[in-house]
Amino acid sequence: MTAIEVRGLRKAYRGHEVVRGIDLEVARGEVFALLGPNGAGKTTTTEILEGHRRRDGGEVRVLGADPGTAGSEWRARIGIVLQDTDDAADLTVSEMVKHLAGFYPDPRPPAEVIDLVGLTPKGGSRIRTLSGGQRRRLDVALGIVGRPELLFLDEPTTGFDPQARRHFWDLIRALAAEGTTILLTTHYLEEAEALADRLAVLAAGEIVAVGTPAGLGGRASAGAKVSWRENGVLRTEQVADPTPLIRELVAADTDLSSLTVTRPTLEDTYLTLIGAHL
Amino acid sequence: MSGVFAPAPGRASMRSVVASQIRMELTLTARRGEAVVLAMGVPLLVLLGAGLTEVTNVPGDDRLAFVVPGVLALTVMSTAFTGQAITTGYERSYGVLKRLGASPLTRPGLLFAKTAAVLGLIVVQLIALAAVGLAVGWRPHFEAVLPALGITVLATAAYSGLALLMASLLRPEATTGAATLIYVLMLAAGGIMFAAPDLGTWGWFVLPLAAHAEALRETLSYGRSVPTAIWLSLGAWALVLVTAAARKFRWE
Repeated sequence: MTAIEVRGLRKAYRGHEVVRGIDLEVARGEVFALLGPNGAGKTTTTEILEGHRRRDGGEVRVLGADPGTAGSEWRARIGIVLQDTDDAADLTVSEMVKHLAGFYPDPRPPAEVIDLVGLTPKGGSRIRTLSGGQRRRLDVALGIVGRPELLFLDEPTTGFDPQARRHFWDLIRALAAEGTTILLTTHYLEEAEALADRLAVLAAGEIVAVGTPAGLGGRASAGAKVSWRENGVLRTEQVADPTPLIRELVAADTDLSSLTVTRPTLEDTYLTLIGAHL
Repeated sequence: MSGVFAPAPGRASMRSVVASQIRMELTLTARRGEAVVLAMGVPLLVLLGAGLTEVTNVPGDDRLAFVVPGVLALTVMSTAFTGQAITTGYERSYGVLKRLGASPLTRPGLLFAKTAAVLGLIVVQLIALAAVGLAVGWRPHFEAVLPALGITVLATAAYSGLALLMASLLRPEATTGAATLIYVLMLAAGGIMFAAPDLGTWGWFVLPLAAHAEALRETLSYGRSVPTAIWLSLGAWALVLVTAAARKFRWE
């Protein structure tokens, strides 16, 4: 079952094409990350999938419907964590969560959602008094209060401290474990690596690579760099498969206390991929 | 495995969604209570100034019979049009509307909720101003309150439609400027402090404020019925502006 199906998606602003023929498929229950530099078309693509923006061309199906024409029944099945909202609301955190919960037939209990995002101590505070990170966590709470089948997260952890980010990752994993499909856009490669089943790299409006975090851009087959010290001298070998080399070293009784085997990191792969398109 | 996270699709009935939104709009209005009270300052000043002193020439001998209904009509315009256009314009730029657009609340649902909430606020304001009018000697015909209320609902819908339309088409700063300008023009030409320019029946179609004020005078001050031309005028304004707002309304 596919949750998201995109064929040949195109979108231009004032004649400048920012999405140039994207194909994408996300299965139900999958956590899928869209990576790419600023201006690559991530947010535009996401907003088209959310039904917030019209497309110029291409086929799009989200939960079986065309987001451009789908109605409020469809909207109730998706959750959106918005980027850059600044609703200067005079409502309190708990009033806002309760209010949005009222839009869904079987919402999560508001107190539980507030607790999940760690805002319980702020439940009675006006939204305008929240810090940037607390504001983002409220956005997450509002995105999941309706128990969505498909959740859109647009750079959800911007402004989080490391502890809050780990906490948030646990929350996303818990949502995914219960079957929620998640489309995540992020700048943080370690976030994509930690959460995503698959990811796509977007550069200048085109998808330049799709794969698992481990296999992206031929990363799994890119070989490995093996280093060790022999008689105090650093030795380094680039090999396709490190196993035979290490076996040899062991057989020769080499001191392997300083042995390292490194593969290209996701960041190395990512920078190579987008570098070719800048 | 139907733990706390199990997806449960569907949506609440549109009636409860809209009811919930009306509650939120009213809560937000109550939180800006001081702005609501301030918005009644101008109408109150006009009521006491033009109603009790001879600063302006009004038709007829009974100044309060002319001025009080005009002030009530002015308040409806001030709240449903000027206040709402400004608030909604800023809500759009702050992302409040985008947040609602991400929810199952539909566009017509939001427009209805906003108009209903504003109508609730207007009723409270009108009761307060009418009470001041009574206190200083205005003697209304209470039996004519139903048609007066009916025409007020139409006027509210028309103003609310125009407010939401403007908030969708213009930037918030431009909306604020234009809404204030229209308020001042209508205050001057709308037959509130002195007689409106005599444009005959067509006047009711050009100046909705003057039409609404005249309808309230005919009913509340004189116990007569609302002229058909005014029903037609405000009905047409309401239909056109609400339809346009529903078509053009943007969440962001």
